[in-house]
Amino acid sequence: MAGFQQYPDEHGRFGPFGGRYVPETLMSALLQLEADFRRLTQDPGFQAQLRAYLEHYAGRPTPLYYAERLSRELGGPKVYLKREDLNHTGAHKINNCIGQALLAVHTGKRRVIAETGAGQHGVATATVAARFGLECTVFMGEEDMRRQALNVFRMRMLGAEVVPASSGTRTLKDATNEAIRHWVEHVDDTYYIIGSVVGPHPYPTIVRDFQRVIGDETKAQIMEREGRLPDAVVACVGGGSNAMGMFYPFVNDESVRLIGTEAAGEGVETERHAASINRGRPGVLHGALTYLLQDEYGQVTPAHSISAGLDYPGIGPEHAWLHQTGRATYVPVTDREALDAFFLLTRLEGIIPALESAHAVAHVVKMVEQGELKSGDIVVVCLSGRGDKDVEQIAAMTEGGVPGGAH
Amino acid sequence: MERIERVIRGCGKRAAFIPFLNAGDPTLEASFELFRGVLAAGADVVEIGLPYSDPLADGPVIQASALRSLRAGFSLPKAFDLTRQLRDVTDKALVLFTYVNPLLQYGPDRFFRDAAAAGADGAIVPDLPFEESGPVRQAADRHGVALIPLVTPTSGRDRIARICEAARGFVYCVSSLGVTGERALLSERVREMVAEARSHTRLPVAVGFGVSTPAQAADIAGYADGVIVGSALIRRLEDALAAVPGATRVLTGASGDAGMPLADQPVAAAEVSRLVTVVAGFARELNDALV
Repeated sequence: MAGFQQYPDEHGRFGPFGGRYVPETLMSALLQLEADFRRLTQDPGFQAQLRAYLEHYAGRPTPLYYAERLSRELGGPKVYLKREDLNHTGAHKINNCIGQALLAVHTGKRRVIAETGAGQHGVATATVAARFGLECTVFMGEEDMRRQALNVFRMRMLGAEVVPASSGTRTLKDATNEAIRHWVEHVDDTYYIIGSVVGPHPYPTIVRDFQRVIGDETKAQIMEREGRLPDAVVACVGGGSNAMGMFYPFVNDESVRLIGTEAAGEGVETERHAASINRGRPGVLHGALTYLLQDEYGQVTPAHSISAGLDYPGIGPEHAWLHQTGRATYVPVTDREALDAFFLLTRLEGIIPALESAHAVAHVVKMVEQGELKSGDIVVVCLSGRGDKDVEQIAAMTEGGVPGGAH
Repeated sequence: MERIERVIRGCGKRAAFIPFLNAGDPTLEASFELFRGVLAAGADVVEIGLPYSDPLADGPVIQASALRSLRAGFSLPKAFDLTRQLRDVTDKALVLFTYVNPLLQYGPDRFFRDAAAAGADGAIVPDLPFEESGPVRQAADRHGVALIPLVTPTSGRDRIARICEAARGFVYCVSSLGVTGERALLSERVREMVAEARSHTRLPVAVGFGVSTPAQAADIAGYADGVIVGSALIRRLEDALAAVPGATRVLTGASGDAGMPLADQPVAAAEVSRLVTVVAGFARELNDALV
């Protein structure tokens, strides 16, 4: 058995990927964080506290819901939805934020910062900061602040300061740059809550370990419901935290296909997409060696996706490794396909998914169309978040009219 | 490899003046004249910045400068052309400042081969900490280019020792927490950090990040072998550029659509010489403060 769970190695590498490409100013903080994380995650008191907050504050375990009407419509496989959208704050992001906020509290930090794309991680960070009485600053691309104005207001209500990132493409990539720059300057008293399985070691491991609860629960729930493992699990990938959390408990179960959906935007053949694995090359972004959208000389090129949460030119280094080893497959899903899936799920199940999560649903539809799933197969989709945040954007795009629906 | 050390030691009791400018800001031709200007103003070592889309260690002034250069059509091979042109006109030390990704994409061996051929003496990679530096350092060593490391107020004694042991050229002491940019006060830890570094290396020790004024430069010159100044110089360039007729919109300001390079905007010769006068004038003030 390959033992995919043994990664990262002692250098913070997943095969060749990962590492710590950061300014020297941050090295001592990262080494200290690694030691603190190891110590605290082995501390039964810390684990009990984490479990209690996940249960009573976030609302875990989340249901594994059998999407009966969707399954019938597709005519083949049984589709289950892991309902991360039912978490407090409406997405899987809270799992990681509770864990990292506890790390901050236990290491004596009074102040947290975060980057955010769609605003989900920013809201989750602002939420736990309020709960634990921590000062909070969130960096958000100017463009994303426009797209997700409601989440900006939500964060401010929760007491967070929201700082616009106005450099570069003014999206998640630049918000992350600003957060890292800020951390370099305030590393003495500030804890940086990274929102995805990206960044320098040990962050990809920390975020994965706080998100693996998704896959751990799913595994137990599907065994109870079906008495066997699923044939495939599907999750959307921007940085890739919900996907990594879902995949990780299954990486050594060879019969389970692991499929990540990348945002193909207007198509991977165009310039406007966020498909780092399908169209990128290995390079360094935000402190890690991973697949990255870049030009010939290593200048990072802008990503595009209809969903702010997937609008990122890189991907977590462990995903790069799962791709390179062939353990997981990463497929492109366009804006159009995601939108269709968004409406499909809304209509058939009464569940409005986040546009990010709709990318995963869209691929299940495609798998059925392409005969990749047969009758009786079991597929689990990670429904990483709820779509309320996207309703305004979609109303504007469809000019208030809903495809195939009454007006 | 020895030129950097030789030049800095050659300053005797005076501290070496080490200015930083980005290659290609505002255009490649103008930046050649600007580098010549700071050399004429007394620079002993010049840092040639290679503009990058995501400069994590840089504050707003150098970010905006990099963006101007990228929009004017900068690409990495042009930095080697610029280095070659400068090598033709100076015996002073030339050091490339690049983020790690462009270096990795070009290929470390190819990068240092071309750098050495162009006449570069050293390289600084601000997002390549000691732990990740092995393969890059080996490539630099193979081609006789000094990989100059950074130490910071957070490094601690053990890290400073290890970093200094592997250092080439000089040791770069980062004077404050944070990214590049002008600051009113320099960390009190700097003097101690310089002393700590000296106890682990015979190489020169220079200080940078946040040096804004001739007075600060003079203060640092009291205990370090070199003083590095970037943002303060580039801010003068930015101010001067703002006065270039019709150039304000294109050539200044950090916000804009990166990744959508505009056509190269030529800057008139008269304007270039005005930019050089402003930047070199401030460089001379800094250099004169180091006595």
